[in-house]
Amino acid sequence: MATEAILTEVAPKLKSSLKTKLRAEGIDMVFTRDSNKIQVLQQIDLEVGEGEFVCLLGPSGCGKSTLLNVLAGFISPTAGQVRIDNEPVCGPDPRRIFVFQERGVFPWLTVEGNISFGLFRLLPEERNQRIARYVKLVGLQGFEKAYPQELSGGMKQRLEVARALAVNPDMLFLDEPFGALDSITRLVMRRELLRIWEAERKTIIFVTHDIDEAVQLADRVVVMSARPARIQGIVDIDIAHPRDISSSRYLKLRDGIFKQIGMAHKV
Amino acid sequence: MNSLRQPGKWEKYFWPVLAAGTFLALWYLSVKWSGTKIFPSPPEVGRAAVELVRKGLLFRYVLDSLRRVAVGYGGAAVLGIPIGLLLGWYPEWAFVVNPVIQMLRPISPIAWIPVAIVLFGVGDLAAIYLIFLAAFFPIVVAAINGVRNVPSMYRRAGRNFGLSPMQLITRVVFLAALPQIILGLRIALGVAWLVVVAAEMIAVDSGLGYLVIDSRNSGKRYDLVVAAMFLIGLTGLVLDAGFRRIETFRSVRWGFRNAS
Amino acid sequence: MAETVQAIKLRRRIKPLAFIVVLLVIWHVAANHQSFHILPGPLAVAGGIAELAEHGLLLKYVVASLFRVIWGYVMAAVLAIPIGLAIGWYKRSEMALNPLIQIFRPISPLAWIPISILWFGVGDMAAIFLIFLASLLPLIVTAMNAVNGIPQVHINAGRNFGLNQRQLVYRVLFPAIAPQLIIGLRITLGIAWLVVVAAEMIAVNSGLGFLIVDARNAGNRYDLVVAGMVLIGVIGLMLDIGMRSLEKIESLRWGYSED
Repeated sequence: MATEAILTEVAPKLKSSLKTKLRAEGIDMVFTRDSNKIQVLQQIDLEVGEGEFVCLLGPSGCGKSTLLNVLAGFISPTAGQVRIDNEPVCGPDPRRIFVFQERGVFPWLTVEGNISFGLFRLLPEERNQRIARYVKLVGLQGFEKAYPQELSGGMKQRLEVARALAVNPDMLFLDEPFGALDSITRLVMRRELLRIWEAERKTIIFVTHDIDEAVQLADRVVVMSARPARIQGIVDIDIAHPRDISSSRYLKLRDGIFKQIGMAHKV
Repeated sequence: MNSLRQPGKWEKYFWPVLAAGTFLALWYLSVKWSGTKIFPSPPEVGRAAVELVRKGLLFRYVLDSLRRVAVGYGGAAVLGIPIGLLLGWYPEWAFVVNPVIQMLRPISPIAWIPVAIVLFGVGDLAAIYLIFLAAFFPIVVAAINGVRNVPSMYRRAGRNFGLSPMQLITRVVFLAALPQIILGLRIALGVAWLVVVAAEMIAVDSGLGYLVIDSRNSGKRYDLVVAAMFLIGLTGLVLDAGFRRIETFRSVRWGFRNAS
Repeated sequence: MAETVQAIKLRRRIKPLAFIVVLLVIWHVAANHQSFHILPGPLAVAGGIAELAEHGLLLKYVVASLFRVIWGYVMAAVLAIPIGLAIGWYKRSEMALNPLIQIFRPISPLAWIPISILWFGVGDMAAIFLIFLASLLPLIVTAMNAVNGIPQVHINAGRNFGLNQRQLVYRVLFPAIAPQLIIGLRITLGIAWLVVVAAEMIAVNSGLGFLIVDARNAGNRYDLVVAGMVLIGVIGLMLDIGMRSLEKIESLRWGYSED
């Protein structure tokens, strides 16, 4: 089997049918601790189309979370610029909501309280409609009055997604959201996320260190190197959902990424 | 937390100096403007401190206070830590003793003063007894909590390696509970320092607390009063800072989230 | 079988009581055997309390002490909490003020007695001022630490959802610090209660602290002295339990891990 060129070149080309949602150019990120300079991100160029599901994949500590924070506007890059809808990003914004791991939900609010957190500009009636809609969407019916400490890890994660979606953002940034969950719950959550994505068609950028997760979820997988992080390659996952994880196409794509990261097949 | 820009290194010195300077300036000005004859201004306090040094009283009084703290606090630690360890190890005992602890705890050491004076007369021993009382409870409670928070897997690992209960307590539990105990010791030291001043105000005739009361009583020397207060604050601060240093030692640093 | 379980539960409940009784007995015996016959035994103390109640002084003194504590404590809280929150929120103000706070903290409130008498004369105000002072710094420090302890995630989420500064403070900061703040309030109330006793010993003519000093000075009534101590302990305990019940409120319980 010829090792086809699985990876496109590093120049990130979008499918011409898609409008550009986010463009990052020349992103550098250097942290100074005491007197040491640590370069975390190096010359990152990235383009994400509207409605795309893009995964940032790389080993732990490589800087992908930092990149996500830069894209979402929580950190300013040392060099380079991020533009969303052609506007430069200079801070966090409700149009692009960041989903942390389960620790992000507010422990002092009930499920309802959390979901309605960003809805303060709406009239009560519309607010309640939205709450009901997203409670149902993430499957937390019956738990509206529960507090996060009464929920399981997976439920807390779903709550955070519901809270994010309720304000109807254009983009979602998810930072290893399923990292704290057991592997079975993770499979369930991936399916849930895809279902929600297909229903709402937001642009999603998803950070993970799990190769399978990336290939299962994403339209494109951005493979990042270890620190200082560069984009090693971008892989198009051209399989339609629902993806058969034992199909040959899936396995070929996955193995290609394995090889790219330099991992052997045998343990 | 709020401003996005990280403060520069120079700011670590600039702001406190600015604040302290402002404070001193305000103090000086309010003394001048109110025309008070009694309340001292910063320079007067400074001169009073120098006077104490010249008379050789400064160090003597500081050492007196420290000495009493050392004995009372030391006794509280030597007694309190083992008792706390045992009570934490045998929850049944803790359950029995707890109500008594809870009832004795809110009784101010100051309220014990008359009893202390009766038992020990006016003098060092009464002060030391009060300090002991004040430090004892926080230390015991901290030790109990420290033991309770030791994950059971440590105990099981110890037993797995064939340790006897006494060895378990000294070689595993004590070390695992040490961060919590040190925290309790630091708090207890703070309390002891507060109490020694109180005790000295009433029951003895040397030390910083005595200096505060005496300066007022014999001549309304409020400059000495304030100088003594500053010394109290400074010494207490040095004691506390020393303790925080201990918290940075590597063998216990793991137990403190930010050794701050 | 069920009976045995009942018996075991009963035995467990009794043990702490038994321990207390044992201590009381030891106290009683020691008091009766002392050579100087000054310190009272438990019975004498109980008698002292009854005597106070009879003369209507029990309630009067307790209320006087509580009154001073509440005033000084509440005034301190009203001032200290906003100040502490602001200091914790603005990094530079913390850098500026923290050294000053650290210097003032170890100064026992009692060391302020001469100054408070100078400024307020002997009386209620001086006592209340002392309690105010004793409560002020611990509450500022508590508020400061509570703000510093807020996980950055929550602040980020708040900003992400487009909250402005004021909304961030009301909808994220306040709820996030509430549990820790309440613990600090409880501990500081305990400190205030300790100080009121000292303040009263010196500066006023009513209250439990005064009782202790007066009973001794005016006739060596040590039964009343110890009665006063017992009352102080009991009320202090009740204040503590009262504050702990605040921690049981549903929307705060998330902030307290198992006891």
